[in-house]
Amino acid sequence: MYVAIGIALLVVGSILFHLFSPWWMTPIASNWGSIDTALEVTLYICAIAFIVLNLFMAWAIWRYRHRPGNVAHYEPENAKLEKRLTLWTGVGIAAMLAPGLIAWHEYVTVPDDAAIVEATGQQWQWAFRYPGPDGVLGAAEVAHINADNPFGIDPRDPYGRDDILIETNELHLPLGRPVKMVLRSKDVLHDFYVPQFRAKMDLVPGIVTYFWMTPTVAGSFDILCAELCGVGHHQMRGTVVVEQQADFDRWLAEQMTFGQVLAEAEARGVRLADAAPAARPSGRAAH
Amino acid sequence: MATIADDLTPLHHPKTWIGKYVWSQDHKVIAIQYAVTAVSVGILALVLSFLMRLQLGFPGEFQFIQPDNYLQFVTMHGMIMVVYLLTALLLGGFGNYLIPLMVGARDMVFPFVNMLSYWVYLLSVIVLVASLFVPGGPTGGGWTLYPPQTILEGTPGASWGIIMMMASLAIFIVAFTMGGLNYVTTVLQARTRGMTLMRMPCSVWGIFVASIMGLLAFPALFVAAVMTILDSVAGTSFFVPTIISMGEQTGHEGGSPILFQHLFWFFGHPEVYIVALPAFGIVSDLISVHARKNIFGYRMMVWAIVIIGALSFFVWAHHMYVSGMNPYFGFFFATSTLIIAIPTAIKVYNWLLTLYRGDIHLSVPMLFAIAFLFTFIHGGLSGLFLGNVSVDVPLSDTFFVIGHFHMVMGVSPILVIFGAIYHWYPKITGRMWNNTLARAHFWITFLGAYAIFLPMHYIGMLGVPRRYYALGETMFIPDSVHYANMGITIAAGFVFAAQFLFFTNMIWSLFRGPKADPNPWGAASLEWHTPDTPPAHGNWGDKLPTVYRWAYDYSVPGAPRDFVPQNEPPPAAGPGDVKP
Ligand code: HEM
Ligand SMILES: [Cu+2]
Ligand SMILES: [Cu+2]
Repeated sequence: MYVAIGIALLVVGSILFHLFSPWWMTPIASNWGSIDTALEVTLYICAIAFIVLNLFMAWAIWRYRHRPGNVAHYEPENAKLEKRLTLWTGVGIAAMLAPGLIAWHEYVTVPDDAAIVEATGQQWQWAFRYPGPDGVLGAAEVAHINADNPFGIDPRDPYGRDDILIETNELHLPLGRPVKMVLRSKDVLHDFYVPQFRAKMDLVPGIVTYFWMTPTVAGSFDILCAELCGVGHHQMRGTVVVEQQADFDRWLAEQMTFGQVLAEAEARGVRLADAAPAARPSGRAAH
Repeated sequence: MATIADDLTPLHHPKTWIGKYVWSQDHKVIAIQYAVTAVSVGILALVLSFLMRLQLGFPGEFQFIQPDNYLQFVTMHGMIMVVYLLTALLLGGFGNYLIPLMVGARDMVFPFVNMLSYWVYLLSVIVLVASLFVPGGPTGGGWTLYPPQTILEGTPGASWGIIMMMASLAIFIVAFTMGGLNYVTTVLQARTRGMTLMRMPCSVWGIFVASIMGLLAFPALFVAAVMTILDSVAGTSFFVPTIISMGEQTGHEGGSPILFQHLFWFFGHPEVYIVALPAFGIVSDLISVHARKNIFGYRMMVWAIVIIGALSFFVWAHHMYVSGMNPYFGFFFATSTLIIAIPTAIKVYNWLLTLYRGDIHLSVPMLFAIAFLFTFIHGGLSGLFLGNVSVDVPLSDTFFVIGHFHMVMGVSPILVIFGAIYHWYPKITGRMWNNTLARAHFWITFLGAYAIFLPMHYIGMLGVPRRYYALGETMFIPDSVHYANMGITIAAGFVFAAQFLFFTNMIWSLFRGPKADPNPWGAASLEWHTPDTPPAHGNWGDKLPTVYRWAYDYSVPGAPRDFVPQNEPPPAAGPGDVKP
């Protein structure tokens, strides 16, 4: 008896909690409205199922609770009802899956005009690289990493010379321009996560991963690491500043290029190209 | 079938106390050994969860909780709960106790192997607990144990802890294999006369299919464990590419961290169902018995268990949508994952339709079954968010995930386990528990658990990540989240405390509880119709029972009582058969 009332109250309570709790998705700041839509479709279909099923249960418990003279109905199965329920469940599932898959198709289809920006993770900080005027990132590998070349850019790769290197935790992106975030890790798994962008993806050592998005709101947002990466996981923070193209260009022009790094090293008499291992797969040479 | 033996001689009746209760080959004693061990190590996991909650609810107030031991708590809590508590308790505990009694066998088919299974399990628990005391402590790599992190210095327990953990898992798998083979063989070979597969109670079906799944899934974890140990101590590079740790190259080359994730989840996803299916089966029986009604759509229920078991081997990469695997896999795994929701939903409908037009006795086991339905509906639905690829992108690795899987595979199976313990306690011990304590335990646990895990979904929606020692200064996290965390911790405190009501009740009733009726709930399945309560070694006295019907003849029109035992002959069965 109490449990029937309890279940009904929990349903009502859950709805009220949903409506009045201050916690919900952050205001979106990217093009991924389609993810939010898929989430909302899923939410509404699930909410209906949650309410109907639980209220039915509460009613049945109350209505068919044991009382003198109450006898249970004997009915081993009801194939027609079971078939109908299966069918309607299938319809509900398809209605959720469709917007989900459509959004995923967009998620994995990077637009041709997307700018490329690389984020690198390392216990427990972020670094970023822009391809420079040629629009191509220089080849990079963990095997090339040393004190003078923290990004591990192949010093012999001409595409690398104009790459712009950001060793602070601050990433800048131009407003309204699609960007393909290319992700690399030097050590363990990490995950590039900005709640307002909705998008996220793991950084995996040994391979290059990616996702794309278009920032749609100017401002600065937290970058979090969303894949456990050791004791400093919760402190692996960064900031992304989304700004007008002109401000972005001004900021970018002030940053160091890899060419400058090479020149500086050479001025000290260090030729990175000599220190670098010849070619794959002799990655061990640096050890 | 050769194994149907009325003859008692093949059973080795123990002569000493030690033979009876320690090196026992009796499935019922082994079941209790499994259960007590699992619950004991489960209490450790519960304490760890409370320590985590203290840190999350009152960050910085408890100086002894630092980032490294927070992660160790997370890891040990998660792994113990999933593997050493739930798997061991549902299969080693309930599987052992119920299978022979429910199918009408004298014992498991291989009693000696069954005994070994328990002792090897105990060894795995000892190795696991020993890892708390090795230099560097236990591993803090998360229960998923993803390399390269777990074997590098930046993670607690990277030298000893991870090896102990992997060794313990490997030992556990050996133990599980011995038990699992027994459960499967006993179901296939040792059913009594008349006990066809389609007359078995749902509990046996759930445990049977889960055992087969375990035998197929655990090997993936076994090889992952061995390969991780090799990467860590022998310098191989199965899972580790060229990387830098603490500013130096490690010498590894060419390995794939994602390979480990595939192996882990090829085990890990079926594992969810290895825990869920026995719970599904058991709860079906609880609902049916206490609603005095046959389980609705029995054949559909059985097929749903089998189909869920089979499909669950094709959905593992839904844990890896944002892992960096080929993103096109997402289409396949989202579809297979949402398809699995259909047989699962059918199970829910049939449970509800069993209540519908029943004669519902709101006894304590039934209360837990109802609570299970509520939390399982909630957790099952929140799983659709995570299965639906693109919706998973913002939610993965946030507290939404924590809220979801606790609801669906933490709280739900635990509620079934409580219900099942209350349900079978009179059979196992011959005594009855205290009703008032049991009801108090029920209400605090059920409402408290919902208060813990419902808000987690919402702070996860907001974007609060999991496995975070502290949230620090974060622009998008409002102060109200800290109050939510405080509230959750307080609720966890109540739930934690309520478990003492349960333990007190169980232990006190063991000695002081009133003598129980042999069949207090009026259940039809075989285990309630043993000649002795608690059942003696060999279960059935001189002669095995003969089964004439399924396990669900409740409220049959025209029958004298509202249940007909499975071993009661039909009226026309033989000459001189007179209805009482
Ligand atoms: C009162 C009961 C429980 C409480 C208060 C609780 C609380 C928690 C908390 C606070 C976390 C860590 C969150 C984080 O920082 O990421 C966690 C993780 C976890 N819990 Fe529980 N839990 C409880 C019961 C259970 C049960 C019954 C299970 C069984 C399935 C379970 C399985 C897990 C798993 C698998 C993890 C993930 C560990 C990881 O991230 O590696 N918990 N729990
Ligand atoms: Cu991290
Ligand atoms: Cu899964």
